[in-house]
Amino acid sequence: MKQEPVIYELSSSGRVGVQLPPLRDPQKQINEYLPAEEIRNQLPLPEVSQIDVVRHFVRLSQLNFSIDSDMYPLGSCTMKYNPKINEVTGRLSGLSSIHPYQPDDQIQGALKLLWHLQGLLSEIAGFPGVTLQPSAGAQGEFTGLMLIRAMLTEKDSPRSKVLIPDSAHGTNPATATMCGYKSVGVPSGSDGEIDIESVRRLLDEDVAAIMMTVPNTLGVFETRIEQICEMAHAAGAQVYCDGANMNAMVGRVRPGDLGIDVMHLNLHKTFSTPHGGGGPGAGALCVKEHLIPYLPGPTVEVDENDQYSRKHTNSRSIGKVHSHMGNFGNLVRAYTYILSNGKSGLKSIADNAVLNANYVRVQLRDRYDLPFDRTCMHEVVFSGTRQKTLGASTLDIAKRLIDYGFHPPTIYFPLIVPEALMIEPTETESRETIDRFVEALRSIADEAERDSSILRNAPVSAPLGRLDEATAARQPDLRYSQP
Amino acid sequence: MTYTPNTDEDRRIMLESIGLDSIDQLFTDIPKAHRDPDLKLKGPLSEMDVLAHLQSIANENVSLDQLLCFAGGGWYDHYVPAFVDQLMLRSEFYTAYTPYQPEISQGTLQVIYEFQSMVCDLTQLDVANASMYDGGSALAEAISVATNFTGRSKVLIAETVDPAYVSVAKTYASPVDITISPVRNFDVDQQGVLIERQERLQSEIDDETACVVLQRPNFFGWLEEHFDVIATAQQKDAIVIVVGDPVPLGLIKPPGDLGADIAVGELRHLVGPPAFGGPGAGYFAAKSKFLRSVPGRIAGKTKDNAGRDGYVLTLRTREQDIRRERASSNICTNEALVALGATIHMAALGKTGLQHLARLCVENAHLAAERIPRSRFKLGTDRPFLREFPVICPIPAEQVIDSLAPHGILPGIDLGQFWPELANHLLIAFTEKTSEPAIDRLMKTLGGLK
Repeated sequence: MKQEPVIYELSSSGRVGVQLPPLRDPQKQINEYLPAEEIRNQLPLPEVSQIDVVRHFVRLSQLNFSIDSDMYPLGSCTMKYNPKINEVTGRLSGLSSIHPYQPDDQIQGALKLLWHLQGLLSEIAGFPGVTLQPSAGAQGEFTGLMLIRAMLTEKDSPRSKVLIPDSAHGTNPATATMCGYKSVGVPSGSDGEIDIESVRRLLDEDVAAIMMTVPNTLGVFETRIEQICEMAHAAGAQVYCDGANMNAMVGRVRPGDLGIDVMHLNLHKTFSTPHGGGGPGAGALCVKEHLIPYLPGPTVEVDENDQYSRKHTNSRSIGKVHSHMGNFGNLVRAYTYILSNGKSGLKSIADNAVLNANYVRVQLRDRYDLPFDRTCMHEVVFSGTRQKTLGASTLDIAKRLIDYGFHPPTIYFPLIVPEALMIEPTETESRETIDRFVEALRSIADEAERDSSILRNAPVSAPLGRLDEATAARQPDLRYSQP
Repeated sequence: MTYTPNTDEDRRIMLESIGLDSIDQLFTDIPKAHRDPDLKLKGPLSEMDVLAHLQSIANENVSLDQLLCFAGGGWYDHYVPAFVDQLMLRSEFYTAYTPYQPEISQGTLQVIYEFQSMVCDLTQLDVANASMYDGGSALAEAISVATNFTGRSKVLIAETVDPAYVSVAKTYASPVDITISPVRNFDVDQQGVLIERQERLQSEIDDETACVVLQRPNFFGWLEEHFDVIATAQQKDAIVIVVGDPVPLGLIKPPGDLGADIAVGELRHLVGPPAFGGPGAGYFAAKSKFLRSVPGRIAGKTKDNAGRDGYVLTLRTREQDIRRERASSNICTNEALVALGATIHMAALGKTGLQHLARLCVENAHLAAERIPRSRFKLGTDRPFLREFPVICPIPAEQVIDSLAPHGILPGIDLGQFWPELANHLLIAFTEKTSEPAIDRLMKTLGGLK
């Protein structure tokens, strides 16, 4: 495939790609507005025409794999179909051309939407309080631990430790550090669930919270979650749930009913807002009654005349985590998605997501090692150890899948499974698509047995072959520089 | 449901291969008492009905398309050319995720590389990341870099920095050992004019100071005289963080040329309408000595196995999924789609376009300042301003805003919501969208206020 030059290489002095109105006073020198010492003397941006820009970015887009290209079974990321109607509602003038500093009476619709979305998420997840401010799951985690910290501090002391299972997302320990806590790892047992005896042993008066992921990153539902919540509460600790895997549970169980105190929902995952190539996301945070006083402000309120307002928070609030009310554009899309699905549609999400994952599990378990062979939830984690002994690593399997037209699964995560292949098909793939995907992975297993160099040399059909990441890190070239 | 393609027959076949009779059997790990709650939700809406419903909610807002908008305060109503959104709607961009597999993500990766290049050019700093959630969190992360880098905990923030950013930074600082001290670097004279007091910032900088945070132009729209503050910070080895908007940067001296170490800001208004404040995208740029402490994603150029140029996410050992509890930031995405829009728009504007755009805003703001109805209103600054300035009103700004609403005018932002003593100060912003008749209508309506 033809390579696309860096846009700077298309530059030609004097070109401009936008048609702006003329200056009113072109004769006036800029130093008549600004002191001479404050004026910049060079601006080395590219100079290109509009058609150059359009073609450049269209060509770049064609180098991407996306959900709209084919199945994207990236575990823990919930790469489901992003309905097009969401892009239409997100762009309605009345929902996009509104300013965060408009008075409340001019933005009743926006506040109403926030209020109703909070209500829907509250009902779906089983928590009375919701804030829509966090911009992503990781910021939701930060907000959640900060609420816990605020509540414990008010009571007595913030405490010093957070328990985190060894199967957790990397954001969890990083979040604990940002919130001033020390992470303490909890091992998983042989059934793929958190080891409850270790939890019991580690829960002491210094533990502020335990951060659970339900279902966990092995795709396994934590069957002892209620007991863990009880133990944590008895020790004066709180239970945080990383809601990245809500797609497995939506409509089937409300995590709040299980005893969890606080949980974020990744609206770009379960509620399909889309992923955007890596953001913007939205990390709504759901909390139990006792954490509501500490939520970030302003909060949305409604009075008896159905008038909505932003209420600035009191001194117990942890403060803002976003300059305004969160990633509103994503919230409009999530709201659209929930209404489109309704009660029955939401349940069919979990039903089909879990069915599809289990179908993958049984279709592949004779060819790939399955460290935890039990009914899984929305994702299944295989290990590539058998192929590794044949000379093809999990990375090689992933790269070979590209040649079969699929996005690879999440690899080498969770860390507790060697050569992990974490597959999350989602509910929006059909049986036929999954059959094709299964066929590809079976065929790759054959290739590994026959001639593992086929895998090691993959991909051969992508725009580029394998990239030299070591040199990229050793000799960083992070920006274009003029030759 | 339309979005789930499996039919009953598909499900029957799949269950049979799993060895189960019903879907319910897949959920038996969930405690029985809590399984299958009766959710109080309505049934699905058709696409037609959901659109009608969203349109009716949209109609309950007064869109900026129905108003003359002079509100800014960090969120500006710029015109974004049609091709920007058309390109952002390429679903190869918006339905992809973080480019974990570079061979099939070169589009996203090269965009990030070009984005980083443009942010570096704009700020005249050495390295930039792939973007942060918004300007406020970018500032919070910059403060974290500065305190970790210096091993100091005292953070000075000029009070003229966007109050929303300061709020977010305070939240991030509160659980770790960082003390954020806002410094009142302005006074209000007897006429209500805001007077710069940079010497207060300067005198607060000492050997314990991790960083000094400045904004150019400041939240009130004027360009502060920062040369001495920056020199003092440098003498004390304190890090200089500059908050700056990309549009004025077309004209004013960039943070790197002033001696700043880190620059952050918000790019939303290059990408689309204000969207009620989000999603935005924060940029983060720094001198090369901070390279290993930069938070978030960074793309780098390399070669593939056939020697062709390509891009990867790089310097990954800084990030949370590898460092885990030793990571100083938990960010694991960026605002890729918004950053894409900013890259497209900045590329198309280029050098002349961005300067022209900034100049149009400046022209409009200066024309407006000349036409303030001076019998009762007064310009609130005597410093050089770009596209925004405070106006001193004879009545509270909140009342001015309410009184102009029936005229279809959003005249600006009430500064009293941030500084009670500035209750009569209205912050007015101008973009290239502001026309001369619009300025005249604003000033005439203000002049006619009872």
